This record gives sequence, C-alpha cells and structure tokens, in this order.
Amino acid sequence: MIGDYTYSEFFSILAMQGFAGLILFSVFVLMALGLAIIFGQMGVINMAHGEFMILGAYVTYLCSNFVSSYAPALFPIYFFVAMVLAFMASFALGLLVEWAMIRHLYKRPLDTLLATWGLSLVLQQLYRSVFGAREVGVTLPDWLMGSVALTDIVEVPINGLFVMGLTLAITVAVYFIMFRSGWGKRVRAVMQNRVMAGAVGIDTRKVDRMTFGLGCGIAGIAGAAFTMIGSTGPTAGQLYIVDTFLVVVFGGAASLLGTIASAFTISQAQSTMEFFMSGSMAKVLTLLSVVIILMLRPQGLFTLKIRQ
Amino acid sequence: MNALSNPFFTRQGWLYLAILAVLLLVVFPLALDPFRLNLVGKYLTYAFVALGLVLCWGHGGILSLGQGVFFGLGGYCMAMFLKLESSSPENTAIQSTPGIPDFMDWNQVTALPWWWEPFHSLPFTIVAVIAVPAIFAFIIGFAMFTRRVGGVYFAIITQAVAAILTILIIGQQGYTGGVNGITDLRTLLGWDIRTNDAKTILYFVCAGLLIACLLLSQAVHISKFGRLLIAIRDKEDRVRFSGYDVAAFKIFVFCFAAALAAIGGAMFTLQVGFMSPSFVGIVPSIEMVIFAAVGGRLSLFGAIYGTLLVNYAKTSFSETFPELWLFAMGGLFIAVVMAFPDGIAGLYNRYIAPHVARLLGSIRKRDAEGQSLAHPAE
Repeated sequence: MIGDYTYSEFFSILAMQGFAGLILFSVFVLMALGLAIIFGQMGVINMAHGEFMILGAYVTYLCSNFVSSYAPALFPIYFFVAMVLAFMASFALGLLVEWAMIRHLYKRPLDTLLATWGLSLVLQQLYRSVFGAREVGVTLPDWLMGSVALTDIVEVPINGLFVMGLTLAITVAVYFIMFRSGWGKRVRAVMQNRVMAGAVGIDTRKVDRMTFGLGCGIAGIAGAAFTMIGSTGPTAGQLYIVDTFLVVVFGGAASLLGTIASAFTISQAQSTMEFFMSGSMAKVLTLLSVVIILMLRPQGLFTLKIRQ
Repeated sequence: MNALSNPFFTRQGWLYLAILAVLLLVVFPLALDPFRLNLVGKYLTYAFVALGLVLCWGHGGILSLGQGVFFGLGGYCMAMFLKLESSSPENTAIQSTPGIPDFMDWNQVTALPWWWEPFHSLPFTIVAVIAVPAIFAFIIGFAMFTRRVGGVYFAIITQAVAAILTILIIGQQGYTGGVNGITDLRTLLGWDIRTNDAKTILYFVCAGLLIACLLLSQAVHISKFGRLLIAIRDKEDRVRFSGYDVAAFKIFVFCFAAALAAIGGAMFTLQVGFMSPSFVGIVPSIEMVIFAAVGGRLSLFGAIYGTLLVNYAKTSFSETFPELWLFAMGGLFIAVVMAFPDGIAGLYNRYIAPHVARLLGSIRKRDAEGQSLAHPAE
C-alpha cells in the first residue's frame, strides 16, 4: 500500500500519468522540431511559431467542416488531407514571412524576436477576426475515438496513440531530410559557413527560405495534431511558445536528439509532478529546474562540438 | 568628440531636459483633468522600465524580456505594505481572522505569512522595493553572465523567469491574491491615496522621480562605465582581453535596470491602487521592450516619449477600435524593428536635431545624444 492506493492502482496511475506525459511529449516534439530547425540551424527566434501551429489547427478545422458538409463519405480519412493542407498553408506563410521580414534580419537575431512577436500579435488578431474569439474543436472520425483498455484500470486513448505515431513518423522524416539528404547537407553547410557555402555554389538565400518554410510547415502539422487532443483558440499558440523555446534551448539548439530528449524530460517531469501537487506548482518546478540547469549548462544537454 | 571632457549634457541636452521637465511638471498638470493626469502618471511608471532598458539593452546589448518581473516585484512590495495598512483589525473585523488581508481570509489562510511581516514598516518597504528586485536580478545576472550566457539565450531565460513568476503568483492565491492581485489599497500612512488631490500629488512625485532617474541614468551613461558598456556590446571579447571583468559590468547594468523598473512598479501601485500578475508576465514584459524600441533604444529621452506615445495610442485606440489595437501594435513592432531601429529618437536626430543645433548657435555641430553611438553590431 502506498498512501490510500494499492500497488496495482498506484502503478496504473503512474502508467496513466506517464501516458499523458507521452502525449504532451509528442506535441512538444512536433512544435520543437520546427523551432529547432529555425532556431538551431538559422539562429532566428520565431516568436510567431505558435501562430503557425494555430494556422495548421484552423486549416484542419476548416477541412473537417468542409468534408463533413460536402463529402461525408470521405470523413474517416479527411484527417490525412487536412495534415497535408495544414503543412502547405504554414509552409507558404513561412516562405512569405521569410521573404518579407526575416531575410532582412539575419544579422540581428534579437530583432527577429521582436519582429516575429509583432507578427504573432497580428496573426492572433487575424484569427480572432476571422474565426471568432471562441475556441473551436474538431470532430474526429469514429475510428480515432475511444480507447484501448490495457488492464482493468489503464486505458489508452486512440487519438493519443495516433499523435504519437505521427510524431514518430515526422521525426524520422526530419532526420532523413536534415541528415541524410543532399538538401539537408546544403542546409547544414550554409548554417556553418555561409560564405564558403555560397562560394561552392549553394544558393544560400534559397536554402534559408526553404529551411524557414520547412520549420513553419512542421509547426502546421503540429497544429493539425493538436486539434485531436485540445481545442483551438486565437491565443492558444502563445501558451506553448515559451515551453517550446525552453525545450529547444534545454536540448541544445542544434541537436535533434537533444530536442527529443529534453522534450521527453520536461513533459515527463511535469506530468509526474502534477500527480503529487497542483498543476501550476508542477509547472513552476519544472520550468525552474530547466532554468537552473540551463544556468549550469548554458549550451544545453546535447551540444555539437564545433569550432565557433 | 572628446571623451575625456565629457559634459553631463550638451547644450541641446539641457534644452531637452528643460522641455521634458516643463512638459511633465507644468503642461500636463495644467492641461489635463485629474483622471487623464493619473493616466499619464501610469504611463510614466512604464517609462522607468524603458529607461532601464535603454541602458541594459540599447547600450549594453542585453535584451531582457523579464522586466515585468522587476516591475511586478517592486509593485508587489509596495502593494503588500499598503494592503497591510488597509487590513487593520478594525477594517477587517468581519473576517474570520481579523487583521490579515482579505484574500488570505478567503483562502483559509489564518495567520500572516512570515515574509509579509516586515512589510508593516514603510522604511523597510522602501528599501525592499529597490533591494528585492535588485537582488533577484543579481542572482539571475550572476548565474548567467559569469557563465557567459548572453544574447538570445539570455532573452529566452528571462522570459521563462517571467512565466515562472506569473504562474507562481497566480497559483499561490492565499499568499499573493492570485490572478486578481492585491487590490483595495486605501491609505499610505493614513493619507488617503484614492482622492484626486492625492493622485495629483503622486503624479508630481512620479514625474520628479522619473527626471531624477533620467539624470542618474545619464550619469551612468556618460561615465567610464557607460562607455565600457557600449564597448562590451560591440566587441565583448576585446573588452575581456583588455582585462575588464565583463560579467561584473553586465550584472551591474542589469541590476540597475531592474531597480529602475521596480521604482516604476512601486509608483504604479501607488497611483493605480492595485498590483496584479497581469503586469508581470511575458506579454507586458515584451510590451515594455517595445516602449523603449519605439522611443529609440539608444536614447534616454526617447524612451520616455516612446512610452508616453505608445501608451497614449494604446488607450485611445482600444477605447474606439479594440479590434484594431493588436494589428496596430503588431505592425508597430515590425515597423520599428525593420524600418527605423533607432525609433523616434533616431528619426529626430537625423532630421530635426541639426536644425535645433544651428538655432542654438553652437559653432561645432555636436552629436546629439545617441547619434554618436553606432547601431549595435550584432
């Protein structure tokens, strides 16, 4: 017996909390992947990343409404189309923003922070004007509802499993794009030595734009996934942005593995602590430990050893 | 410019100071009704933060996105004192535990927490308004700057600190008043701060303090320390190799900015009559940065005018077109960063200051404040 619980109850609760943590982890990873590409590779702070995510969520919402009113037969599979559209919408907006704003600010990273914060305010108000201030939810197809019972007490929701699977797929895809493809090689070459990369014939401007677009596009997919586990409102993106930045910085900005590891640590720490204390105190303790560890180890958990 | 015979202000600088003083101490009090004057007083409290940011961010290159933390800490220290005064046993006789603030009573806290006790004393409170945020800034600054964390990482971590403090204040409702903050503040040593007369007097105190802080900031700016600060911003390694303790300078300027923000926070509490977590978090902290940016991140005078202008625009916009305000604010962020990074002061120095200089009859065209400092090379 532990407290008022029997052992099996206790472990079931641990498992449930762990699973809730895993879903949080998946959302963190999806958001942080895009940010890690933009911040880690390009050094640009994109404070509007949350709003790119919300764009993906709204695209999914529109898609679900459209399909359920005009093509109900396709409803079970609309989600896959929605994800592609969400990616494309955020990707396109990302290209536009890079062209209009970011490319002028590459030498002033702190100013990208302020400018993209301004962008996030504009986007938030835009969402509010178009979709209303109320939160909107997405109807899920039947096969995504319900849950799988592992034991008598432990139940695992299917949409949570789906988000995890999606995260895994996207992470693998990003790994291959960044570390196994010719394009990824060019991206890393540009980020490490822009002048030299330009000298060997890489179009650095194009690489910058595509990298930024890709990061934003992944945020769009994160937004689509987000609709499955929560509702979407104009300011939802802002709630996650600080957490996501901490995830990226904590993991070591340029390291994919670090991002995943730190997302895992932070989300598990938070969901485990939520069991023992109030949610807000759990959050305070988690963020505080991250900040303290960052003060001890400013470069993050995993760092690439490169010459500056 | 001869750096060794560094005058406190140029002739133009004294003129600007006189204009500012007349505007704040004569024009506004005569032209505005008490309600509007109180509103301007509220804006001026943000100008303290902007002054600190000019030194810390514009000159020092340290962008802190956590100034709301220091503003809030200063404001909360003052609010705790005022709250204890208005929670005398007679005033709170209907509570189940008289003598403690009402929100504690609502949250089943039966005794005053130990860290509230010292705030019965006004001298302690005044010291705490400055000391608590400064010590807090020292801890953050020491941990970060001695380990050479800077730039973007510093900004993100200060932002996280702002998030942590907001969550903490909201979560610990019984001790901090939660999301409503500390409200219903009535008297300062028996003097009712809610009357129009009191608000006018507090406005003058605030404006006077602001001018004093401006002079203090200018003193820091023209000192050898101020010059080193700019050197650190532009080429940190060179300053370090020359044998200076870069971290100590950065810690000092960060604490200085924090103390200024805290004075602003305390004046805010006095003039507005409450303090809440909505002035602590990430959003207000970034807004404070934009006040300084609009005014001109390199100009102390610019920071004050920028704060007044942005807040005036915010008030009048959100009264008439609440929808448009976020668009305008967002557009302002983007425009200031992309089109005129030196803000209003930069535009002024470029187009108007030369004419003013000619009118003043100075033979040698002196650089106006800020213009001599090249833009941060990041």
